[in-house]
Amino acid sequence: MLWKELVQMRRDRFTLGMLVGIPAIQLLLFGFAIRMEVRHLPAVVLDESQSTESRALVQAMANTGNFDVIGAVADRDEMRLAIERGDARAAVVIPPGFETDLKRRRTATAQVIIDAADPLASQAAIAAAALASSARNAALGAARAGTGRLEVRVRPWYNPALESAIYIVPGVAGLILTLTLSAITSMSIVRERERGTLEQLIVTPVTRAGLMLGKILPFALVGYVQITVILILGRFVFDVPIRGSLLLLYVATAPFILASLALGLFISTAVKTQVQAMQLSFLVILPSILLSGFMFPREAMPGFAQWIGGAIPLTYFLRIMRGILLKGTELGSIWKDVASLCAFAVLLITVSSMRFRKSLD
Amino acid sequence: MSAPAPGPDITPRVDGDVAVRTTGLRKVFGTLVAVESLDLDILRGEVFGLLGPNGSGKTTTIRMLCGLLEPTAGEATVVGVDVARDPEGVRRRIGYMSQRYGLYDDLTIRENIRFYASMYGLRGRDRDRRIEGLLDDLGLRPRRDQMAGTLSGGWKQRLALACATAHEPDMLFLDEPTAGVDPASRRLFWEWIYGLARGGTTILVTTHYMDEAERCQRLGFLSRGHLIALGTVDEVSHAFGQPTIEDVFIELQRRDEDLEAAGRGPAAPGRDRT
Repeated sequence: MLWKELVQMRRDRFTLGMLVGIPAIQLLLFGFAIRMEVRHLPAVVLDESQSTESRALVQAMANTGNFDVIGAVADRDEMRLAIERGDARAAVVIPPGFETDLKRRRTATAQVIIDAADPLASQAAIAAAALASSARNAALGAARAGTGRLEVRVRPWYNPALESAIYIVPGVAGLILTLTLSAITSMSIVRERERGTLEQLIVTPVTRAGLMLGKILPFALVGYVQITVILILGRFVFDVPIRGSLLLLYVATAPFILASLALGLFISTAVKTQVQAMQLSFLVILPSILLSGFMFPREAMPGFAQWIGGAIPLTYFLRIMRGILLKGTELGSIWKDVASLCAFAVLLITVSSMRFRKSLD
Repeated sequence: MSAPAPGPDITPRVDGDVAVRTTGLRKVFGTLVAVESLDLDILRGEVFGLLGPNGSGKTTTIRMLCGLLEPTAGEATVVGVDVARDPEGVRRRIGYMSQRYGLYDDLTIRENIRFYASMYGLRGRDRDRRIEGLLDDLGLRPRRDQMAGTLSGGWKQRLALACATAHEPDMLFLDEPTAGVDPASRRLFWEWIYGLARGGTTILVTTHYMDEAERCQRLGFLSRGHLIALGTVDEVSHAFGQPTIEDVFIELQRRDEDLEAAGRGPAAPGRDRT
């Protein structure tokens, strides 16, 4: 059974390409979409100083490439409006006494206000502010020894928590795994039903467990190939660190992959055609996208949404992935999440094998 | 009798043992009664033909006997094993060839046989020997590495037979095995069937082709789920007062349509309509 699936998988070049290509394409799309956003943030300037120094600072900000200055605003109300409307994602505010402070050897303070609803943008703003201020400080120091330092403070609006940009890659990894694995498993079983080969399989003396394992195991292999592709791309294209143990990561991935495959098995028992299988897979996966903490922090969700999120395997897998990759977490601090995933795997396999019958009824 | 003579050299080994026995077998799908109170005995080594118009319950009957469908009521014993009690025990000893053949289009001829042989528990050298034997017996060798999806009907049919008999079953169920196959392939196919029957394999075959029906030793006619006639070709023809099986078939179809219009039960045999 395993042998047959692998031969068929090799023959079906298109699907095989999709299985390896989808994670790559998705990751690059997600990843670059986010990169685009982080760079070239549209910004307005509120320059109350109107001096050589203030213009030099704005220029230094623009030079970092993280800001695109789209125009000047006259006052704070106008600035607020520009950000609220979404015309600008950031604002550079330079107070009236900026140049005077510098000349009097005092610390001159400018402010960068950032729309941090997208946490990734804040990273860019902080980086740009730091870069620009150190560049200007260096330039000032070189030109005239008799000036003060300048300082740029960043004020995130809407979301002071400031999540890291690389949070997205572990999330995409989990999402891709659960989506492609459940879709591909359900479709592979439904395809056999459509073509009449499932009927032929049922009349063989293969056990129900053998039939299910034969369907699940090859795709578990695919899951590991996918996660490897994602990790390699994440590491070398998006600089996602792998701070923790890879072994622990691969071990903790197993129950997640099994849960996703069992979900696919379950879907296959509920639908008649491959198209339905695909649709139901996406429908089932939708809460994973919205409620697992992949896109929005769970802490910000209302109680019931958090509760539903708690019933989604991806929620736990995300914590594991982010923990191991970004924080170098050991098993000791994520064992509860791993245990939850194992419980999901056991539950889903039990439920779907109860529904999966060796019969056409 | 204008019926062509039955197959040339049938020397079946009918030794009185019962290969299939059903008692009160019944299958209901929702409000549709597919098979009603079926009592049927098929003897070991017999080539038994199950006939009837589309939707008369032939496929449903075969599927119940193979353990693919659970009967709503009644019992079925196949090769001496109770299907409901020990479906795997039955499956090990039967072969089943469905209307759709159940082949993997993206596997080659050899790989399809290998796969099904493995599913029936054949391993290693035994399996290889059996695969080679089947490739030769059924003349599949010239195309052994061709994808099943690119084969014509006749080749697919032969391959399906090879897959269904890879484990040398005691009993073979053939559900419209020759639909969509050219006459030369059909004749060859029947020669293999007789060959298997001579070797002691019991065959249950459904067909729409009357010349094939006339090659069976005994026939059962199904109409709207009811077994309405049972016996040899001549016995069935006589029961309906028709000269050939084909005439019986057409007569039955006509009665079915009449009854459909009147919204009543199944047709019954009789001489009153000649």
